[in-house]
Amino acid sequence: MKERNSMTTSPEQKDWTKPAALAIPEGGYFKDKVEQGRYGPVFPQTPACYGFSIMAKIKPGTKQNFYAYAQNIEKAVGATPDCLAVLKLHYLRWLLFDIKGDTYFMYQGIFDTDFDKYTEDAVAIFASTGLNTVFENLEGFPVDWKTNAAAFIKFVREHQCPSFLEYGEYPYVSADEIKKALKLKAAFSTALDQMQ
Amino acid sequence: MTTLESDDIQHILLTRAPAMTGRYEFLSFKSAAGGRAWLSAIMEKVHSAKAMRESVAQDKRWVTVAFTFNGLRALGVDDASLATFPEEFRQGMVARAEMLGDTGANHPSHWTDKTSSPDLHAIVILFARDAAERDRCVSEHAKLIANCQDVEVLSTLDLEATPPFEYAHDHFGYRDRLSQPAIEGAGDAPTPGSGAPLKAGEFILGYPDENGHITLPQPESLTRNGSFMAYRRMDEHVGRFRDFLREHGKTPEEQELVAAKLMGRWRSGAPLVLAPEKDDPALGADPQRNNDFNYKQQDPQGYAVPLGSHIRRMNPRDTGANMSRRRMIRRGATYGPALPEGAAEDGVERGIAAFVICASLVRQFEFAQNVWANDKNFHELGNERDPIIGNQDGTLEYKIPKRPIRKKITGLPAFTTVRGGAYFFLPGLKALRHLASLS
Ligand code: HEM
Repeated sequence: MKERNSMTTSPEQKDWTKPAALAIPEGGYFKDKVEQGRYGPVFPQTPACYGFSIMAKIKPGTKQNFYAYAQNIEKAVGATPDCLAVLKLHYLRWLLFDIKGDTYFMYQGIFDTDFDKYTEDAVAIFASTGLNTVFENLEGFPVDWKTNAAAFIKFVREHQCPSFLEYGEYPYVSADEIKKALKLKAAFSTALDQMQ
Repeated sequence: MTTLESDDIQHILLTRAPAMTGRYEFLSFKSAAGGRAWLSAIMEKVHSAKAMRESVAQDKRWVTVAFTFNGLRALGVDDASLATFPEEFRQGMVARAEMLGDTGANHPSHWTDKTSSPDLHAIVILFARDAAERDRCVSEHAKLIANCQDVEVLSTLDLEATPPFEYAHDHFGYRDRLSQPAIEGAGDAPTPGSGAPLKAGEFILGYPDENGHITLPQPESLTRNGSFMAYRRMDEHVGRFRDFLREHGKTPEEQELVAAKLMGRWRSGAPLVLAPEKDDPALGADPQRNNDFNYKQQDPQGYAVPLGSHIRRMNPRDTGANMSRRRMIRRGATYGPALPEGAAEDGVERGIAAFVICASLVRQFEFAQNVWANDKNFHELGNERDPIIGNQDGTLEYKIPKRPIRKKITGLPAFTTVRGGAYFFLPGLKALRHLASLS
């Protein structure tokens, strides 16, 4: 019988004071320790949290759409700072690069939950906040993605380039914990100020 | 606004029968002709929602019929049609066990009711007003089975309400059936706090869902007005539960509070958000008030309702994203004898045999199981799962926020064990006829 399992979840191992590195086998999974998600096996959590690196070729002539889209996101987050909260992100890095005259898009995200868990929520965010156009500029992106979360995740999985090494200077710490710590620090300084 | 074809929708989807008892029978068809002969006879007994509402005062029994993926195939549904059904339904609950949290003691290899067998093809659900009516129906059905060649009963489960009978509650003593999503066009006004009625497509195939999209596996004559049902038979370890309350509460009042903190409601049904310090049975019993609360404004830190409690996980209300796509209809009943207060654990199985009904198992039921119940880090709780239905192996904890210092219970025991389960397709009435007439 196969037990539910995640390789690095015991709290003792998740000591944020000890920087940690993890070498990941080819393919992105630890074969005997794969956790099953709703849409397939889950990429492992590492000292650098969960994350993905998706690479896909863009449709010719659509480069400017990506720059316009970045403006949109900046505005959307400015207006509604928690609009991406569900994704439990630390960081997003999006970039375009050329190989032999073709332009590719790379989407790197670092977050605190396995992406599959919140796929439908992510799709809903992209669909609802007008953040919808950019993926449609990727070759092979499913046209019915708004109503077909399974097709969306399939595309993501097919274009995922798993890491073979990840490192965390303060491993396994969630964005939420960081925010809590910073709030606490701010509260302490205020308290100290008030005692002056 | 959409009008529901309530004369074609099976009653269980939209109504709750006033049953005190009942029985589930799990069937296997050895031949398509045998299965169809059985279906032709039983489908005459199945109430639509409309018929059920019209005659509920006179009626004494209500029948529901549903099929597994293998069951649809066994009846002769062709491959092209089968391929249009959702992946998770085609795989079945057993194949999804690890993701659902059905590992360890919950694993399908321990289930003894044969619901984990690939030979499981159909369920017939009987809800009956009283035991005499159940007995009558059971013997009628036995006659029908005897007359149909090639239909085998794999297992059965008798349902019993648990005393006191004045209101519905489970073996742990929690009042149940308080919070239910309202469906647009279904007719009943939602009780305060239950949220605006949701688009019918969230629960019934063939209607627009919250995204305006219509899901309909093919052919339409088979799937329209149908739905999907996840069956869960869950053993409730009442002795262990009561021991736990005694261990963590010195007085009966403290024990009640511990029970309330696990659920998010007092056993009377009174929501902790509205009655954080002291039980209020009148509140628990009042449908105009007992579901009228939220979390973001009224209890953001979980001082009243711990973030990890059963009802806060299963419906985070205004603290969850995309909530209108994740709701579920709950039906079912308790089974097994009540364990009298003060009696020692007798080792007899008793629990809840429930159905979670939704248009998309992967988006609704499986999300609830995988993320809400079993994600150890849900709401950043770290090392917790749902204290009532999560996969508990004795190594996890339960945190009760409290000023000045929260209470942390370590080594939470498993209060429940999964004893059976399956995914079913619940066809509309015309679709039952379509299935019976396949050749
Ligand atoms: C032994 C198993 C279970 C027990 C004892 C149990 C008990 C309860 C009780 C007492 C309530 C509060 C009454 C109410 O709000 O109607 C409740 C609510 C609920 N339960 Fe369970 N339950 C069990 C299994 C499940 C399962 C398997 C699911 C779904 C995967 C589920 C989903 C829900 C939902 C969605 C609510 C309503 C929450 C709300 O809207 O506030 N439960 N349960």
